[in-house]
Amino acid sequence: MDLRLKALTKSIWVFHLSAAACNNCDIEILDLLTPRFDVERFGIQLIGSVRHADALLVTGVINRKTIPLVKKIYAQAPKPCVVIAVGQCALSQHMFKHSYNVSEPLDKILPVDLYIPGCPPKPEAMIAGIVKLVTKIRKGK
Amino acid sequence: MNLLLSYLIFPGFLFSAVAGLLSCWVDRKVSARVQWRKGPPWHQNFTDIIKLLGKETIVPEGAKATFLLAPCLGLLSLVLVATILGRSIILPAGGFSGDLIVVLYLLIIPAISLIIGASASRNPLASVGASREMKLVLAYELPFILAVIAVIIKSGGVIQLGQILNHQSNFGSNIASWSGALAFIIAILCMQAKLGFVPFDAAEADQEIMGGVLIEYSGLPLAIFKLTKAILLYTMPLLLIILFMGRDLSAQLIIPKFIGLLVIVILIKNTNPRLRIDQSVRFFWRIPTLLGIIAIGLAISGL
Repeated sequence: MDLRLKALTKSIWVFHLSAAACNNCDIEILDLLTPRFDVERFGIQLIGSVRHADALLVTGVINRKTIPLVKKIYAQAPKPCVVIAVGQCALSQHMFKHSYNVSEPLDKILPVDLYIPGCPPKPEAMIAGIVKLVTKIRKGK
Repeated sequence: MNLLLSYLIFPGFLFSAVAGLLSCWVDRKVSARVQWRKGPPWHQNFTDIIKLLGKETIVPEGAKATFLLAPCLGLLSLVLVATILGRSIILPAGGFSGDLIVVLYLLIIPAISLIIGASASRNPLASVGASREMKLVLAYELPFILAVIAVIIKSGGVIQLGQILNHQSNFGSNIASWSGALAFIIAILCMQAKLGFVPFDAAEADQEIMGGVLIEYSGLPLAIFKLTKAILLYTMPLLLIILFMGRDLSAQLIIPKFIGLLVIVILIKNTNPRLRIDQSVRFFWRIPTLLGIIAIGLAISGL
């Protein structure tokens, strides 16, 4: 297998983009780094700057105020970079669908590679999602 | 030819990069065990570097040429330090007079390259990080040099690494004396700051200024900076071993010494909160500087 692709899937640095979330998904994401789940075993790290990112973890309802910011942050990330939508809000706007300040779901704005549903999704669900994404990347592309 | 080979391969680039990345893994693994986690596999840092080499390199708009030159400057000078230290361990008589001074100078250059690169990247958070790094350099250099001076006086005024090693193999390790032990404590604290580990990592605080000096770096230059950090994590404990514990440097003794020093640094890192930059400067200019002066006094009086 391609060495570069293998290294990419074995060391995913995640930028946590919280776009007006209610904090519930964010707490579950931080659970992944705690001793019970510890995704650093697979080389997954949370990093501070989007320039270091391999994956963009988007949570929350994307509203009219955050659409330009989300686009800007995706443009700042070095490619190849995958986008992961976490939680029902990022997937389908959930119960805010008819709200006045919400226009379109995340996958109309960015090319989303992985959807993790749930309100909030369990850490197990996120790990299962990451495994599916990694197998998809290794087979395809 | 021999010199080039030793710069590029054995005590130099290749060897120190592998040793540095392995000691970075020790860092991550011990940190993980302290936090009751499992931690990454041993090849994780190699994977990180290879991955960064394959990523896109983004140069921010309006950045100067120093943005890409600064990481190379740091790496090249640090590899030179690793070469000098490695050769003086293998062949204590083979060094040149004054190589300790050269090592001290070259060890500042990685920090300077971080400052140059961060200032070239036109990011406000990076410039905050650069100013903090600058203050930190000013803070820790004074006690570090005092500690080294104590060692020099202790070894009879020689400024050559090989002669310091010779003196220690004749009269016992420096750490076994009062002045040497005091200087050793100071040197460990300064090593912590030089490595940018937690009590003194205000320059690249991940949570408040998002990586600080490294914020605009991606791809290849980021990989070079990570490699520089890794080689520094191999070089600094090695320098401390040469200066303070150089009585017997056979392979079966130098490895436990090295790992012991590494674990001390990592445990300090994991049990302390981050200091503000003014707190670190105040700390370094008060306690370790005072201890350093006491150590020099003790060394002069022969203790």
